[in-house]
Amino acid sequence: MAIAGKSHGVRIWPLAAPGIALVSFVVLPFLWLGGLSFIAGGEISLANYTRMIENSSYQAIILRTLQLSAIVTLVVIVIGYPTAYYINTRSRIAATFLLGCVAIPFWTSLLVRTYAWMVILQRNGIVNGWLQDLGLIERPLRLSNSFLGTSVGMIHIMLPFFIFPLYSAMKQIDMDLVRAARGLGASRTNAFWQIFVPLSGPGLFAGSLLTFVLCLGFYVTPQLLGGGNVTVISMKIQENITNYSDWGAASALGVVLLVIVGVLLFGASRLGARLGAQ
Amino acid sequence: MKRPFTLSTAIFLATVQLASAAQADEILVSSGGGALQDAQREAFFKPTEKALNIKINESTATGLQDVRVQVDSGSVSWDIVDISAEECAIGSKQGLFEPIDYNIVKADGIDPSMVHKDWIGQFYYSTVMAWNTDTVGKNGVKPKDWADFYDVEKFPGTRSVYDHPRGNLEIALLADGVDPAKLYPLDVDRAFKKLATLKPSIGIWWNSGAQSAQLIKDGEADFIQIWNGRLAAAMRDGAKAEFTYNQGLLMADCFLIPKGAPHKDLAMKALAMFMSPEQQATFAKHIDYGPVNAKAFETGILDDADRKRVNSSPENAKSQVMVSDEWWGEHGTEMIERWQNFKQQ
Repeated sequence: MAIAGKSHGVRIWPLAAPGIALVSFVVLPFLWLGGLSFIAGGEISLANYTRMIENSSYQAIILRTLQLSAIVTLVVIVIGYPTAYYINTRSRIAATFLLGCVAIPFWTSLLVRTYAWMVILQRNGIVNGWLQDLGLIERPLRLSNSFLGTSVGMIHIMLPFFIFPLYSAMKQIDMDLVRAARGLGASRTNAFWQIFVPLSGPGLFAGSLLTFVLCLGFYVTPQLLGGGNVTVISMKIQENITNYSDWGAASALGVVLLVIVGVLLFGASRLGARLGAQ
Repeated sequence: MKRPFTLSTAIFLATVQLASAAQADEILVSSGGGALQDAQREAFFKPTEKALNIKINESTATGLQDVRVQVDSGSVSWDIVDISAEECAIGSKQGLFEPIDYNIVKADGIDPSMVHKDWIGQFYYSTVMAWNTDTVGKNGVKPKDWADFYDVEKFPGTRSVYDHPRGNLEIALLADGVDPAKLYPLDVDRAFKKLATLKPSIGIWWNSGAQSAQLIKDGEADFIQIWNGRLAAAMRDGAKAEFTYNQGLLMADCFLIPKGAPHKDLAMKALAMFMSPEQQATFAKHIDYGPVNAKAFETGILDDADRKRVNSSPENAKSQVMVSDEWWGEHGTEMIERWQNFKQQ
C-alpha cells in the first residue's frame, strides 16, 4: 500500500506543474485584478462599475467595440467562407499553395500589416491614387484614420484565424454525402446549402467565435488606423492606467470584457451542443 | 595558501573601490529620447561631464507614471528626469520629488512660473497652427490665427488636433475671441461649446508627436495644431507646410529629482549646469525648442537666424500665450475625463 501510494504521488507531481502554472499565472492575477475593480479611492466600493452606468462615454465605447467586432466578423465570414470552400475543392498541391498564401500574412507581424494598411489607405495612398486616376472620384476619400480603415485592417488580420479552423472542418466533410444528394436529384445549390453548409457548421462556428473574441481585445489597429475616431475598450483600459494610474477602473473594464466573452462562450457552447445533437 | 588569499583580497578591495568610485561620480538622467535627448546630450550632458568630471548615464522615461513607479516601490535609479511641466505640477502635489536647492541652481533669468520648490522648467515648446501648402493658401489667403483654424467656411479642409484637452481648450477660447491676457482660469464650458462647432471637421485626433509629423508629411490633414519642433523636423524632411507663431501656445518640459534619488547632491550640481545660460543657449542650437533661461539670449551663442527660429526668443514669444501648468495640474484629470466624453458624444 505504502509503495503504491508513493508511486502514485510521484506520478501525480509532474501533472501538477501545469496546474500550478495555471493558478499562479491566470487564476491569481485574475482574482487580484477582479478584487482591485471593487476598490476605488482606497475603499471597497462599486464606484468603478457605477461610473460605467452613469457615464455615457463608457457605454458608447463598449457598444463601439461590439459593433466593430461584429462587422469585422461578418465580413470575415463573407470573404473567408468562399475562400476556404475554394481551397477545399482544389487538388492537394494547389490547396497547400493556397493555404501558404493565407499563412504568410498570418506570420507577418500585426504591427507591420497595420502600418502597411496606413500607407495603402492614406489620402495620397495607392487606393485613392487609383480611384482618382480612373476618374471615379474627384477628391481623395477618407479611408485611413477612420472606422472604415480600422475595419479593413482588422478584417485582413483576422481572416487566417477564420479560414484555418473552417478549412480543417471542411476537410473532414465526406463529399460522398453531397454527391449522394446530387444523385437523389438535389440541385447544386440545394446540395450545397442543405448538406455542405450544415456539415461545415462546427468549423464556421469555431472560426467566427475566435474572430469575434479576438476582435474585442484589439488595441494596435484601432489606435493606428482609427486616427482617434475609434475608441475601443482596450484603449480606455490603457488610458485609465497611464493617465490616472487608476487600476481599479481599468480592472473593472477588464472584468466587463471578460464577462462579455464568458457569456458569449457559454451561449456558444450551448448552441454548439444543440448543433452537435442534430 | 598565501598567494590566492592576497590576490582575492586585492581583487575584492579593487572592486569595492571601483564600486564606490562609480557610485560617487555617476548620475543617471532620464529623458524623452529621440532628437530631444540628442540635443540634451550635446548641450547638457557632455559639457557637464567634462566640467564636473563625472559620468552621466542615460535612460528614457515616458512620463510621470515612470517616476511614480520608482518612488512608490522605493527603488529609485534615476537622479534627474525630464517630463512635461504639467506632469511636474501633478507630481509635486503628490510629493514625488526632492526639493531643489536654489543656492546651487541659479534661477535668475528664468520666468517665475517655471521655478518651483521641487521642479524647474527646462525648455519651451510651442503648439502652433500649421497648414498643408498643397491644399491651403493657393489663392493667397493664408490662415493667421486660431479663429481661422475654426473658420471652416473661409478655410475648408480637414482639421487635426491633439487628442488631449490641454492646449485645445486654450485654442478654442482664443478662437472665440477671449483676450489672451485673461485666458486663465479657463472658461471650460465656453471652450467645449466652441470645440463642438469644430468637431465635424476634425478628421484625426493625434496622440503622439511622431504621428502629427507624419500627418502633415503625408498630407493627411489640411490644418493641424502641432508642436513646433516636430513640425520643423517634418519640414526639413520635405513636408509641404507653413506655420505661424501667432497665438502659439508656449508649454514647457521640466527637470526634477525623484524623491530618494541615489545621487541627489551630484544631481543638484549637474542640474545647475543644465540651467546655466550657456548650456541653455547651446541646447537651442541643436533643436528648435527654446531655452527657459532668458539670459541664454544674451550669451552671444544664438545668432539672429537662431532668434528667428527658436520659439522662445523675445521676438517670437511676444505673439504667443503661456500655458498655465498650475491650472492644468489642478484640473487636468477632470478635463481629460470631460474630453473623452466630449469625443464620444
